Parts: sequence; C-alpha cells; structure tokens
Amino acid sequence: MRELAAWGVPWSRIQQGDREVIINSQKVTITERAEAQGLVAQRDFGGTKKWRTCYVSDGTGHAMLQTVSDQAIGASIPVHERTEAIALIHDGSRCYGAIVRNLITGELVAYVAKATAIATGGAGRIYRVTTNAVICEGIGTAIALETGVATLGNMEAVQFHPTGIFPAGILVTEGCRGDGGLLRDVDGHRFMPDYEPEKKELASRDVVSRRMEEHIGKGKGVQSRFGEHLWLDITLLGERHIKHNLREVYEICQHFMGVDPVKDWIPVRPAQHYTMGGVRTDHTGESATLKGLFAAGEAACWDMHGFNRLGGNSVAETVVAGMIVGEFIADYCDRPENEVDVPMGLVHGFLRTEQAKIDALINGRGSESGDAIRQRMQEIMTSKVGIFRRGEDLASAVEELQQLLVKSRNIGLRYKVRGANPELVTAYRVQKMLKLALCVAYGAHTRTESRGAHFRQDFPRRNDAEWLKRTLATWKGDDTLPTLAYEPLDIGRMELPPGWRGYGAKDYIDHPDTPKRAAEVEALKQQLAGQSRFAVQEALLPYAAKLPKSLQGRNERIDEMFTNEAAK
Amino acid sequence: MTDTAVQAAHTADAAPVAHRRLRFNILRYNPQDTGSVPRMQTYELEEADGMTLFIALNEIKEKQDPSLQYDFVCRAGICGSCGMLINGRPTLACRTLTKNLDAEITLAPLPFFELIGDLSVDTGKWMRGMSERLEGWLHAKGPEPDLRRLEERMDPAVADQVYELDRCIECGCCVAGCGTARMREDFVGAVGLNRVARFKIDPRDRRSDEDYYEVIGDDDGVFGCMSMLACHDVCPKNLPLATQIAFMRRKMVAIGWKK
Repeated sequence: MRELAAWGVPWSRIQQGDREVIINSQKVTITERAEAQGLVAQRDFGGTKKWRTCYVSDGTGHAMLQTVSDQAIGASIPVHERTEAIALIHDGSRCYGAIVRNLITGELVAYVAKATAIATGGAGRIYRVTTNAVICEGIGTAIALETGVATLGNMEAVQFHPTGIFPAGILVTEGCRGDGGLLRDVDGHRFMPDYEPEKKELASRDVVSRRMEEHIGKGKGVQSRFGEHLWLDITLLGERHIKHNLREVYEICQHFMGVDPVKDWIPVRPAQHYTMGGVRTDHTGESATLKGLFAAGEAACWDMHGFNRLGGNSVAETVVAGMIVGEFIADYCDRPENEVDVPMGLVHGFLRTEQAKIDALINGRGSESGDAIRQRMQEIMTSKVGIFRRGEDLASAVEELQQLLVKSRNIGLRYKVRGANPELVTAYRVQKMLKLALCVAYGAHTRTESRGAHFRQDFPRRNDAEWLKRTLATWKGDDTLPTLAYEPLDIGRMELPPGWRGYGAKDYIDHPDTPKRAAEVEALKQQLAGQSRFAVQEALLPYAAKLPKSLQGRNERIDEMFTNEAAK
Repeated sequence: MTDTAVQAAHTADAAPVAHRRLRFNILRYNPQDTGSVPRMQTYELEEADGMTLFIALNEIKEKQDPSLQYDFVCRAGICGSCGMLINGRPTLACRTLTKNLDAEITLAPLPFFELIGDLSVDTGKWMRGMSERLEGWLHAKGPEPDLRRLEERMDPAVADQVYELDRCIECGCCVAGCGTARMREDFVGAVGLNRVARFKIDPRDRRSDEDYYEVIGDDDGVFGCMSMLACHDVCPKNLPLATQIAFMRRKMVAIGWKK
C-alpha cells in the first residue's frame, strides 16, 4: 500500500477527530487520534475482525490500476494490446514462452522468454451469471492446463455473491441488506425469515446465496426472458438514504436497468464472483511442475485464499503478488543456471501446431456453433455447478460438458476471416474454457464434502479427516476429463490449525492431527507469553526467509514506531 | 404500502407488454479486409426489458452476424472500452438502455481514433501516446522512500480532490466530441488536460507550472481549446472538465506572460 501511495494512488486518508459510522446497524462515534492525521485510512470490510482494508473513496480498484499503468508507461514498459497467448511453449519440464495471437491482424507470434508469467485473472465467464468482466474467460489458466505438465489447484472452489443485478450480473453492495433492504420472491413475499429466522437477510454471503437459489428451485423465482430472478427491495430505506448512502447502487440501477430503487424493486440473483483456484504455484509464484512458468493474482492458486475469499483480498492479492512474484521472477532471470538455449525447433513446432488449429477452424467443415456450445456450457455451470451442488447434478454436468468438449472439436465458422474475427475467437476460446469448466465440475463431483464456497447438499459437512488436501488437476492430450490428484496439507506446520472459522455450522469432521497441533500452538503461546508478537510468529510459523530479500524485515506502524536501531 | 399492495403493483408491471421492434443502423468497415468498403448495415431485433446496447449487440453477433466487431470489457461503466457514437453522440454503450432511444438506432465508431473494425477503435494506442507526451505519471519528490517507514501524510481533502480527477476511464468520448481534435490531430484533449490537472494538485508531484507549460503551453495543449466544451457535456463520468481546462489555462497564461 505504501509503494502504491508513493507511486500516486490517492488513498483515502485519516481525518483526526470524531466521525459517525454504522456498526451492526448501530450509529457509533469513532475518534481518530491527532497523530494519525493524514495516514492511509483503513475500514471495516468483508467480515474481518480487524479494520484493515485500505480504500480510495468508492473506486479503489480503478485508482490502483490507473497508477500502476501510469508507472509502467513512466518506466517505458511496452504493453502489447489486443494480443493474447493461446499456447505455452514447453518441452515437458521447462517453459520457453508463448504463442501469441494478434487479435487485429490474426498473426501468430512466438514470444520466447526465460520466465513467463500468467496474470489473466479469473474464469468467471465459464458461468452464465457472473460479476466478472467479459474478458475473464480464464484463457491464461487454460493454456497452462493444456501443457499437460503444469497443475491447476482447487478449481472447484468458486465464490458466489448474493446480489448481482439481473441479468447483467453487475454487483450491488451488501450494504443494501446491511442497512435494512429485503429480499422478495415472485409473490412479493419476504422469504429469508422462513429459512433463517434469526439472521434473515443478514446471514452470511454463502448462506444467503444458497437460500436464494433454493427458493428459485422451489419455483418462486420471477420469470423473465433472460431466466429467473428475485427482488431486492430497498424502497423502505427512503429517497435520502438511497441517494446519499447508497449512491453507487442508485446509479447502477439507473444506468443499467432504468430502475429507480427509491420506488422500484431491483431484480437480483446470486452471481459467480471469484475463482479461488488457478495455476498451482509455490511461494515464489512458480509452477512446481513446469519450470520457468509463473502465475500471479486470481489466475494463480498461490494459497492466499483457500476455499473461500475474504472481502478486499482480491485487489490486495493483485498488488502483493505483483510485488513479491515480480521480484522472484527478476531474481530467477538473473540466476546463471536459468540461462536457456532456446530450442528453435520446439518453438517452430508450437507455432505450426497452433497455426494448424486455427487453419482447421477456418477451412474445416465443422458444423457446430461456438456460441451455442459456449451458452450451453455457461447454462450447465450456472444451473448444476453453482452454489448448491449435488452428486447427481454434478455427474450429469460432467457428462454433458464432456459431450460439449467433443462437439467443440467440430466447430464450423460462418465467417472465415483470419484477422479480427469474433467468431473465430469464440471458437478457440470455448475449447479451452470447457476444460476449465470440467476441472471445476469434476473436482466438485469428486470432493464429497463441503468446504468454504464449495457446498455439497449431499455432503454438507466439512471433512478434514478425508479432504484436508489440495486438488491438483492436469490435462492429458485428447482426454475429455482432467486427471485429479490430491496434495495433503501439513497441519503440523500450521499457525492456525483448522477449526471453526466463525461462520456456518460448527459441524465438521476433524483431522486426527488437529488436536495435537492445536495443543502445540497453545503451549508455544503460553511459553512465549509476554514476548513480542514477532517472536511468537517466528515460533509458530516463520516466513521471513520465504520473502524476497528486499521485502524482509519489519514495517513501521503508528503504534510500533521505529527507533533508529530498528530502522536498520 | 403493505406487502399485498406492493405485490399487486409489481404484478401489474410484470404483465406481458408488446416489445418494440428495434432497427440498428451500424457503420460497417473492416480496414484489414481489402475488399471491405464502409457501408451502413441494418439489423432488426425485438427489444427486451432492461435491454442495454451490450445485450443488443451480443444478440446481433450471436444470432445474426458473427463478423460484427465491437468492444466490451467490464460492461459496468468503469473500463471505458465501449465508447461509440450512439445516434451521433459519443458515450458508453454498456450503460445505454434501448428504452431511452427511438426504435431506430444509429451506431458508429468513435471518430478521431484509429479504426480497428466496425465499432471497435484503438483508444489504447492514442492514450498511451498522449500519456508519454504529457508524462502522465507521478514524478515523485526526492529519492525513493523507505517503504518500511510510515507513508508520507496527505491532507484527506486533497486526496479526495485528486481522486475526483483520477476517476477518468480514458474512454475517449471527450476527444471524439472535441472540435479542436477535428482540426489538430496532436491535440491532447480534455482527457490529457485533466490528467495534467490531476498531477498539478497532487502534493506528491515535484513538477512546477513551468514544467507543465513545457508540455501543454501551446496550441496542441491548453491554448488549442476553443471552449466549445462538448467534452464536458459527453463525459460519462461527469468529470469537471470545463473547470479543469479553465484552471490549467489560467495557470499556463500566467507562465506564458512571464516568458
């Protein structure tokens, strides 16, 4: 955050003195200290105990992106716009770069590199209903999978948000319900109290999403040309509150739906929101199985999130991974043992293969429609691999997605142009997206427990005894299913052994190692009582040595100011 | 209102209404294709409730014409990719509702920018060039700070003012609507002048008014503006462009006077 501040992000800053905030629907006065005046402010977000989310008014992500882009231009870093990687060049153990298609001219170019990084974001568009941008198709993740060597971790872990506006899927904030908004069904009935008599609309994000889908499943959704939805009713909050406290919601409703939320109900439905899974990497961001391939951000499975994700951690990961993994990539490239003799025959081979695939799409006599396959895939994912998952639905999803994958090898184009050609792009992308969809669906089918955002109705309990392990997917040749393997987690090294995480039912099956480690952690804490938090951290889970050298060491805080000694 | 009354009101709303038949006249041209000539092409489509141009164009591409080129990325009004001329006015297509338009809708690519094809233009290339010319990045004071120490303090009100100008999404609508840009291809546009104003009010930037005069103190900069201010009228983010241009011009005149 400090680096971004130095680069120009206009972080919201602390104003000393009193201000009013709402905590648990109660107005509370907070007094900021004089010595905090002008430092980067942090707010409550995403249900965490500590107020720890830095923000820029109502446009945090945009402001961060703008500043990083400015700095890249200032550093004369070239950006090749409107090009996309469609395959990685590799020999089965090392990655040598990528085959890249120019989306305007259609030309294929081989980019040859010592280190290749994938930072293509999530794969929300394998679902019909998603808050993600149109380009979040997971192609970067998919080309890593298509190497047959790199592994994808935890692809079945997908987060859903309760209130995407319908049908566009654009997010409206949880604040609507926090402030007293209600969810209603086709009959105008407020249904949440029927399911959650205590917390009603304010139950946790995953619980509300599940209840909404359950209610639609009972035929209580509102029919429309684009499918079914429910209503979010904030009319009871009044015009003043909506136009001031919920200004962004008001504007979204106005611009995208022509709905006036002061008078009208807002059509909503839970929407896919975040891809926890991705290219499996070690702490440096490098794939454990394909040397020279790195991944960062939502495209990676870097273990920042596990099977769920906290609010604010997504933008945090983009810049934190950018900083840490970026540093490791630079180190990697500097090390003499990572010099490469580029095998040009291999590079040409990949170029020819990819050109042949595109030629086959353009010249072939295929009869399937890429758009139709894509729509069907999105429909299956949203209806069968969504919030509620059941063994039989997942089995049928896996079955049909495999059929679609086979069909996708027979796509025919109506528009046979090599350059800018949206139909061609859909065709080769859907072939890749289907593989990701299968990793999600098959992984979800195989994981017979519920964990974080992955909820199996037929296996509602978290089962650490059998499933405290990371899913690893690889893809072999012309298979129609990923090959799954599982990597157990070592509880003996955990700072916080698995327990109840403060939400959901306290109903899970413990791993046999958990009580032992929990006792160890407790004993260590008692033994070190009175020592600094750094000493406790070092004893429980030392991590400093895993950071790049330049990022090791402590950070000054307002309550932990450096003396001259500590600053060294 | 009771639940039942609300329900009645909404049930009445939900009664099926006849949807309009929309006619889209779209300027088609693919400069990559030597056989392509600019032409208007018409597509018809049944309107739906809550239909935006994002939904309509996707439906045309998927069901009628797979060759149609256009750009959408965030489809939520924050990325600036989908600027186009809608009935002659530059604006964002993703958040334009068809119900606010007549049944006959004319779409054309943003003028001024390099055409990629049909409704798709290369704003990115121009924005990068503009940013390079204006040095549109923070020029920090002093050496690189020690990131382990507390960050430099900033007045909360100033941070908010910088953010107000940082809200620009570089969609290009201001330049597409600009009279000066028609005549001067190197004009930096309201987007460029706003960018400079953003760094000028940022206390972290070391540049002086003399430095800014070097990059915008001519007819391709702030003195090229003819104050017709279409930029201000069409800005989808309602940025205070008229005020920023006037502000920068006042500052730059003061410098020019001294020279």
